[in-house]
Amino acid sequence: MSNAGYVRIAAILAAITALEVATYYVDLGALFLPSLLIMMAVKFYIVVSFFMHLRYESKMFSWVFYTGLFLAIVVYGIFLATFHFFS
Amino acid sequence: MAIIERSITSTEVFSVATPSSSLGALKRPVATTGWKSWLFTVDHKKLGIMYSAAALFFFIVGGLEAVLIRLQLAAPNGKILNADLYNQMFTMHATTMVFLFVMPMAAGLANYFIPLQIGARDVAFPRINAFSFWAFLFGGLFLNLSWFLGGAADGGWFMYAPNSGPVFSPSHGIDFWVLGLQITGIASLAGAVNLITTVLNMRAPGMKLMRMPIFTWMQLVVQFLLLFAVPVITVALFLLSFQRNFGATFFDVSAGADPLLWQHLFWIFGHPEVYILILPSFGVISEVLPVFSRKPLFGYPFVVFSGAAIGFVGWGVWAHHMFASGLGPVSVAVFSISTMAIAVPTGVKIVNWTMTLWGGKLEFTAAMKFAVGLIVLFTIGGLSGVTHSVAPSDTQQTDTYYIVAHFHYVLFGGAVFGLFSGFYYWWPKVFGKLLNEKLGTWNFWLMVIGMNMTFGPMHILGLQGQPRRMYQWTEARAGEGLFNFGFWNMFASIGSIVLSIGILLFLINIVITARNGKVAPLDPWDARSLEWMTSNPPKEHNFDSIPTISHLDEFFHRKYQEDASGQMVKVKTAEQVMKELEDNADAHIHMPSPSYWPIFLAAGLPVISFGVIYSIPIAIIGGVIVLFGCYGWSIEPSTAPDDDFDPPATTKDVVHVG
Amino acid sequence: MTTDSHTETDGAAHTSTGLSNNKLGMWLFLGSECLLFGGLISTYMLYRGRVGEGPRPSQVFDIPFTSVSSFVLLMSSLTMVLAVSAAHKGDDRNTYLWTTVTAILGATFVGGQVYEFTAFYNEGMGFTTSLFSSSFYVLTGFHGVHVTVGVIMLMSIVGIMKRSKVPGSKSETVEMIGLYWHFVDVVWIIIFTLIYLIPA
Repeated sequence: MSNAGYVRIAAILAAITALEVATYYVDLGALFLPSLLIMMAVKFYIVVSFFMHLRYESKMFSWVFYTGLFLAIVVYGIFLATFHFFS
Repeated sequence: MAIIERSITSTEVFSVATPSSSLGALKRPVATTGWKSWLFTVDHKKLGIMYSAAALFFFIVGGLEAVLIRLQLAAPNGKILNADLYNQMFTMHATTMVFLFVMPMAAGLANYFIPLQIGARDVAFPRINAFSFWAFLFGGLFLNLSWFLGGAADGGWFMYAPNSGPVFSPSHGIDFWVLGLQITGIASLAGAVNLITTVLNMRAPGMKLMRMPIFTWMQLVVQFLLLFAVPVITVALFLLSFQRNFGATFFDVSAGADPLLWQHLFWIFGHPEVYILILPSFGVISEVLPVFSRKPLFGYPFVVFSGAAIGFVGWGVWAHHMFASGLGPVSVAVFSISTMAIAVPTGVKIVNWTMTLWGGKLEFTAAMKFAVGLIVLFTIGGLSGVTHSVAPSDTQQTDTYYIVAHFHYVLFGGAVFGLFSGFYYWWPKVFGKLLNEKLGTWNFWLMVIGMNMTFGPMHILGLQGQPRRMYQWTEARAGEGLFNFGFWNMFASIGSIVLSIGILLFLINIVITARNGKVAPLDPWDARSLEWMTSNPPKEHNFDSIPTISHLDEFFHRKYQEDASGQMVKVKTAEQVMKELEDNADAHIHMPSPSYWPIFLAAGLPVISFGVIYSIPIAIIGGVIVLFGCYGWSIEPSTAPDDDFDPPATTKDVVHVG
Repeated sequence: MTTDSHTETDGAAHTSTGLSNNKLGMWLFLGSECLLFGGLISTYMLYRGRVGEGPRPSQVFDIPFTSVSSFVLLMSSLTMVLAVSAAHKGDDRNTYLWTTVTAILGATFVGGQVYEFTAFYNEGMGFTTSLFSSSFYVLTGFHGVHVTVGVIMLMSIVGIMKRSKVPGSKSETVEMIGLYWHFVDVVWIIIFTLIYLIPA
């Protein structure tokens, strides 16, 4: 990817961050939580895929990294659920 | 040893890296013999031996602790230990056996045999390998120093709140425990990264994943479990450190904390941990059984995938350790079912091993005896494990000796028997001499009888309601008839003596073998896998030329071929197979060079830990040591450059390793 | 950062997967780090409402300030990727330049965190004030330590590169530090949303 491409991606990330901060000032009602979580996930995915080149690298790297991420989300999700965190 | 030069006549010329042009901040260590060659080595075989030797030492320490526990409980009103010392004893017994014996012993075997089994000359990161070993050793010694500095940890090996808090444990014991485990955790994590990379990246040509020996496969699963489980206990230990040393209240109920936080974090780590303990032994006997049955392993892909399945499902069962903690019916039901499910892949393995034996030409060497012992004893422990998945029954058994009986059958009857099987099987590979088989038979039978005498009665004691961690029992509570405490406690204690004698025989066997053991032939067991396709003990560079792999059980297929009637017949001896490799020997092999930095860096960790307990300036000194070590490490090349060798190496034909 | 390869190219050439040992090792480590930060974040989630006598999260958090420092860290990922890109082209000047800029941005972020912690402390939120404060400081403190380690690595690698003392491949070494750096950034992306923007 060219340097200009990296700058474009950074601009997208910056724009999403601005939107995230905007949710703090604008009342989105029921959309507040899902929109923030989606924006967070998109930013995460963009950085990992493009800045860390995971999209262009061997599948093996994706496997080991996303296995860790998946385990963390599932295991700690269940962990918090046993504390009735989500209810 | 840094370089192996091979002249045309095939006599080895050992040359060493000259220290003068090393890029490191210190001149490179060059000793090839004596203590320096061990202290600064990065050779996976030397490190494997050191891992195992250190683990054996801790096994003896943990074993003596166990004997003291059993002597205390042999008769009513035991006076050998007071209540406080008893608490320290069972805490340190478990911690030592789990973290300082079984794990590093398996790590030692992994270190030694993974590169040999996949046809590599060393691991992917030889210096990190050395660092892992030293960090484990220093962490283990640090943990045990607490005995001499005000008393050891006394909260049980899972260290539940509130017992882990400063109120119930005012000594520094738990601080040493927390920080010591943190250091060994770093060692395990570094080792996991290293060994996974090694298995995935360093395989010989043709060594596809599904051609890898089972031991390597099971170790790969174990290392993945470590990779993802160690950070969880790291978090828990950090929280406990901050509570004990810096005034936080993470597990202090009076401050509004939830004590289940620790339990969850501990068992999210702790349940994968039990598979970390058992899977290496499963791997060992999956090597031993086919060799001494003269048959290939039955259903190799099933053994591989059931191992991976155990590793994966092992992440979803942790709360079965907490059925009595009031999790609520939904959680209990979910974790009950997942726990029952994990018995399935384990059962698959038992079936595969049994089918491997079926119709084989069985040869009951000591290694084989221990392997069969594992199948039987682990199955008993596995069945009592399934009874724990039934939550109502488990609630009755929680914190009784029934639990103690269960996990000793799976860990002693399973993990330890597997390791002993490995000792007898691989001893000639590592040391070039065969362990005495006659003593081995005595060793085996005394251990089987001793362990069943010790842990069998604990089922009865537990069902009778003997609590897991009581330090004394009284005549008044002993009850009457066949199931009274008095008889079975005494029986178990006698059993522990029998067991100790069995293990002592192994130590005697080591000494006898070292003094005048039988020199092992090249291929003493008519083995199947790649580690036997080199000399005993292996050369420093493992293989003269890297073999190209075309089969599972490559070594076997080089020795045996199918004849016209479909029978496998021996067409080559091991010596002839070896000769082929020697004839194609690589001319120059550069092995990774020894380094000061791994031991230096690891030595900084206990210094930091001392500082956290006693005074922060000491911790800062430790931090400086670590930082300095990192710099030295990063500007030193892992393998010395060609012009750093004496005589200087020609870059032509040089094979770099690592 | 270690490079066990001997020349510029043989880092990956000898391996059975064709992948570099160093990069595979780094990705494994980052996979492991997911469970470290996952545990710390979960602990915070469990305890964020338990403030005792101390201030509640919404009383101390300064969203505009943290937004700026989050932005600084995000932009340091851009400069890091430019440094990696320059290193792959063998462009030493720009490698040094962007590596240094990344280190400065990282240090700015850490400085902002020190300022934030001081402000919180002055508002009556000490480390031991409540379960919320302890778990907050442990989580963000761990992240801060990761950033600090990254800054030290970035500054060191410039110094080491200028003296031509990097064993093995220079560009791979920069790339490895880059992977670590971006990971620290994505962790902050999660912390910023889950801890700061979503109220307890």
